Amino acid sequence: MFKAKIKVTLKDAVLDPQGKAVEGALHSLKYVHTSHVRIGKYIEMKIREKDEKKAAEQVEEMCKKLLANPVIEKFEYELVK
Amino acid sequence: MKFGIVIFPGSNCERDCYHVIKNVLHQPVEYIWHADTELADFSCIILPGGFSYGDYLRAGAIAHFANIMEKIKEFAENGGYVIGICNGFQILTESGLLPGALQRNRDLKFICKNIPLRVENTKTPFTSRYQEGQVVNIPVAHMEGNYTVDKKKLASMKKSGQIIFRYCNAEGEVDEASNPNGSIANIAGICNRKKNVIGMMPHPERVSEKELGCDDGVHIFLAILENMLKVK
Repeated sequence: MFKAKIKVTLKDAVLDPQGKAVEGALHSLKYVHTSHVRIGKYIEMKIREKDEKKAAEQVEEMCKKLLANPVIEKFEYELVK
Repeated sequence: MKFGIVIFPGSNCERDCYHVIKNVLHQPVEYIWHADTELADFSCIILPGGFSYGDYLRAGAIAHFANIMEKIKEFAENGGYVIGICNGFQILTESGLLPGALQRNRDLKFICKNIPLRVENTKTPFTSRYQEGQVVNIPVAHMEGNYTVDKKKLASMKKSGQIIFRYCNAEGEVDEASNPNGSIANIAGICNRKKNVIGMMPHPERVSEKELGCDDGVHIFLAILENMLKVK
């Protein structure tokens, strides 16, 4: 059994309206040295699989098929026992 | 010559579409349930607006894996007419039938208002009743209508006439001030290369009768019908 911790974020070239709004709010709170705020999704799940390589393959596949939209998003993940 | 309207859990514009096809166009129309695995003999499929699967994960992302979508992809690949309106457009981009993606609106607000659109290409089965450059008023109602696509793809879409509607002002000028949601190049509606699949954020079914104040939208459905008859 593995736990997958998956991060889905917008590709660097894609504008992030949420990130922009949060950055504006941070600046109005006087955190003026903040910039490049980007907001993404965090997904975690358990995978019933003994082999780490196979578990990783499944996560890759899930990300490409459903969890991330490859047109605008990228993903990274880690597997924990 | 039958229209089909797909219902996903959370669709909410299917009855408006049904009404327009049945009572304005006087054509046969049926609902199609998302869990169906067979597609009857339809000439045009409508993916209506709404919030399929609660817009969870991303708008349209989960609907794309509904049983019926496999058949709809086949139907589209065989040249069948498919029109996705609002959430339907989001489903078409998620499923790869149309390029690009729809993101959260630039100002992070749900936008619900009448809006002028410039008709950019009339050489499609959906827009053949309009004039090029014509301004039509069709309302939008969405949270994720901010169309995005990479520059290279955008250039190829422009070249092949895939940009159908752009947000503009009342005079038909396409400028940043008349862009409601931050869409790249003010894009409101696009089609695929073969021009048999169209997706648009505005709702033509809501402006299809003079009694409702405007019938600019009905010409999309009438154009589909005329072109269906020609093909047959």
